[in-house]
Parts: sequence; structure tokens; C-alpha cells
Amino acid sequence: MSARTHMPVGMEAIQEKGWFHAHKFLLLRRTSQLLFLAVFLLGPWFGIWIVQGTLAGSLTLGVLPLTDPLILLQSMIAGHWPELTALIGGMIVLVAYALIGGRVYCSWVCPINPVTDAANWAHRRLDMPKGWQPKRSTRLWVLATVLIVSGATGVIAWELVNPITMLHRSLIFGAGFVWAMTIAIFVFDLFVSRHGWCGHICPVGAFYGLIGAKGLLRVSAANRAACDDCMDCYAVCPENQVISPALKGSPGSTPLILSPDCTTCGRCIDVCAVNVFNFTHRFDDEVAAPFDPVSAPDPRAARPI
Amino acid sequence: MPFEGKPLSPQRRRFLQDAARASGGCVVAGSLLAWLARDARALPAEALRPPSALPEREFLSACIRCGLCVRDCPYDTLKLAELGVDAVATGTPYFTARDVPCEMCDDIPCVAACPTGALDPSLDNIDDAKMGVAVLVDQENCLNFLGLRCDVCYRVCPVIDEAITLETAHNERSGRHAMFIPTVHADHCTGCGMCEKSCVLPEAAIKVLPARLARGGSADHYRKGWEEKEAKGGPLVEGLIDLPDRLPGPGTDNLAAPGGFAPAYDLPGVGQ
Repeated sequence: MSARTHMPVGMEAIQEKGWFHAHKFLLLRRTSQLLFLAVFLLGPWFGIWIVQGTLAGSLTLGVLPLTDPLILLQSMIAGHWPELTALIGGMIVLVAYALIGGRVYCSWVCPINPVTDAANWAHRRLDMPKGWQPKRSTRLWVLATVLIVSGATGVIAWELVNPITMLHRSLIFGAGFVWAMTIAIFVFDLFVSRHGWCGHICPVGAFYGLIGAKGLLRVSAANRAACDDCMDCYAVCPENQVISPALKGSPGSTPLILSPDCTTCGRCIDVCAVNVFNFTHRFDDEVAAPFDPVSAPDPRAARPI
Repeated sequence: MPFEGKPLSPQRRRFLQDAARASGGCVVAGSLLAWLARDARALPAEALRPPSALPEREFLSACIRCGLCVRDCPYDTLKLAELGVDAVATGTPYFTARDVPCEMCDDIPCVAACPTGALDPSLDNIDDAKMGVAVLVDQENCLNFLGLRCDVCYRVCPVIDEAITLETAHNERSGRHAMFIPTVHADHCTGCGMCEKSCVLPEAAIKVLPARLARGGSADHYRKGWEEKEAKGGPLVEGLIDLPDRLPGPGTDNLAAPGGFAPAYDLPGVGQ
């Protein structure tokens, strides 16, 4: 087993399930991110106007308005009551993510996610120290600060720096120096702080975490009895504090990852060679019985540091 | 010693420390953000907002920077400010009159597209738009001021003869020609920028400026006597005596006195 923990992250899953199945949700997620970008780009690039606008606010097929609810919230706190179109658009987005699970936005839609994922991949390959690790609650403080500054200055404050809408807008309308900002986030996550941006600072993620706290789509460690402690899920998970309560919970505890921090990216499902995790809904707390009695794991060998 | 024998809980200490750290960090980050927000409010003079945009301070609380107004602008007048390139608050819509002026569409598609009301939907007649005010900033280079008949700004004005009129004046240089002075009337000027775009000079002599720069303001208590008088239909103060005006010309002592003023032209109504 100690040999397993020393294998490169994900290698065991690739050997067991094949490369494709060991990257299934990663590929699906990249496809989803590209699709969300593509529908916005079809108009300006090819003149096929399915969606107009950006992630901050859009109009689909000329009828469906969608608005970023956090931007609307800041706008209201800054002293502007938006027109009905924006309010309806904001409500649709709010309800959708409250039902599905807020941080689905982070891992399946947000254009910054590939940037921070790439930084984290490089971080792992270079075996970097994890660096500055502020508390996970920092993003909630940032969120509160953003709302307070919006109210105090009367300006939608986070949009002055929000790399998500800036990157998205730059791809659709023209670049400016957004590339520099994107590189800055990459470097920050690579050298300064592991999972720094999405995991600790971004108030947009914090906001979606709050609204989607009771979302339906969840990952369950239903087959946790099969876990062989290879730690690969902890290595790939961008919010790995969410795993333990589900995976290592005492018998009778729920196998569902219920923490609102979980981005439901499904990377843990990919990377697990023994298929501990699966996607399910939040009311499915069934624990699979071990299909064959697993011998107690070997005592952990002392690992050279 | 009031706390003797009663150790304070380490959790409480930890909590207070963490809270202090977090709030300290937030104060620093929040101050930076507020500084950026203050900076963002400074809209450069040559950047004009779309029709019926709220005043700049309110605009920045209302515009979500979605770009839908830009998409629906049929003449590609509007663009979104790019980070670090334009001095306008990043991602917000604006136009530069000298590049592409506003064509003043009757159906005002940009305003119709705005989902938040940052472009006030109560504007239903584009002639009522107030994107800025044209000002003939350079009288020394304006061809009409030189006595020539350029008139281009006047001709292209969508609100011709209301927003820009040509006022005749005597040409002192030639002594016998008229000058046709393009004159902007701010009440009718929409700030579309057609005049600035069309000015034939390499650098426009007429420019659209935001109202805050283009206009003075009359004091609230000022009244124009002649308007008040007309409204009342009589003198404002009863019983004032009106002395005869001393006009230059024959028959007055003006000419008789040494150094008296003799006009170079003939007064109307005075015999040739």
C-alpha cells in the first residue's frame, strides 16, 4: 500500500480503468466549459446569435434573460434597483444553482477554472509546497467586504477586479490586459498558494457555495468500504477538506459529501481506482456493502519525508 | 488580579485572534477596492455614454457590463472599455464621437437591450437624449469663424437648425462679408457627435463634451428681467421713469464734444 501512495496521482486509476474512464468527468467538464464559451462566441465569431452578452448578463435566443445574481446583489446594495428583465434573469440563475448545487458553476461553467486547474496540475508535477493557506472562510470575508464596499462607494465593486467576467468578456469583446490578470492568477495558484484563488479567495465561488448549500447534485462515497487509502482523491480535490466526513465517517454516517464547498467536479470519481465515489442526489445516502470482505489494511509504513 | 485562578478559554482567544486577522485583512482589501471604485468614477471627457445613461455615479451602480447594448448597436458605435487600454471603467459601454458617432436610431436599440436600467428605458424619443453637449472649442481654426462657408457641422447635425444654427455676424477682416457662426443650442443638442466626427479639420474644432464640462450653470435665484417683464406684460416695478437714450449720431451732443464717438457705419433709422 505504501507503494501505491508513491505512485503518481491517478496512475492506479488509469491502470485499472483505462485512461478514458480515469478522465471521464474531467473531459466532460472541459466539454461543458467549452460549450458554455462556444455559445457565447458563435455570435461574434460566426454570426450565429444563440446567446448575446456575457456571463454577467445575457439574452438567449432573444427571449431568455440570465443575469449574474451576485452582480445584481451588489448593484442593489450600491443603490440601484434593476429593471425587471435583470431581476427575472437573476432569479432564474439563482433558482437553477440553488436546485442543482451552487458550485457546479465553479467547475462546469467558470472560464477561470481551467486556468486554476492547470496551475494546480503544474503545482503537483513540480511538487511545490502548498504555500500560503488562509482559512477556507477567507472567501466569505472577501464576499462580505465586496458587498460593504459596493454599498459604501455606490459602485458594483467586484466587477472592478472580477477575473471571471473580465476573462469571459475579453474573449467575446476584445482583450485588453486581461491576459496579464489571467497569468497573475495562474502564477498565484502555482507558486504562492495551492488552490489559492478558487479555494480561498474568490467571492463568486463563496456566493454560489452559499446559495447552493442545499443543492441536489452531490457526490457520494457510497462504496467507501473499498477505499484503499491511496489518497489520490485528496490530491486532486480542489476542496479536499470536504472528503473526510463522507469517506472516513463512522459507520452509520452519511456517505454524501454535503459540504457546500464541494464543486461537484467529479475528479475524485475519475481518479479512484476502486470506484468509491459516484454522482447521486442528496437524498441517496445508501452505503454499498463491501462486495467481498476486505482484509484490514496493512499498518501504515513509515514514509520517508 | 481579577482573572487569577480562572484561565481564559483558549478557544475564545483563538476566535478573537482569527476574527481580528480576518477583519484586518478585509479592511486592507476593502480599502484597495474602494480606491479602485473611486478611480473608476473618473470618466474621461472624450468618452461618451450611450443615450439615456444614468449619471456616471449611478451608472456604475447599475451597469452590469454585459455588453448587450453594444451587441444591439447597428453602427458599432458602442464598445466596451478594455482593461488597461481605455481609461473608462473596465467593461462599461462608451463611444468616442470622433471615431464613430451615435446615429440616433429612432427605436434606440441600445436602451431597449439594457436589462438593468443603467440606460434609462423612459427615453422614448432619441431627440431628447443628452449624451453630451457639442461645443465649438476652437474659434481660431474653425473655417466658418475665418469667414469661410464650411458649414459641415451644421449640415450633418441630425437636429439641424435647432441644435446648431448659423448666426450671421459682420466679417471685420474683409469689412464687407458676413460670417456664418455655427452656434450650439444645448437644449436641443443630443451629444450624438455627428458634428465632431464630420469636422473637416485634422483635429475637430467642434467637440462633444460631457455636460459637466460643456455647460455653466445659472444661479437659482437669477431671473432674466426681460423674460419676467414679458411674462408680466408690463414693467416689473411701477412708476419707473425712462430717460431718453443718448445715441451717437447727428443731433446729439456726442459728436459735438471733443473726442466724441462717430460710428463707422450708419445707424438704422438715421438718415443716410
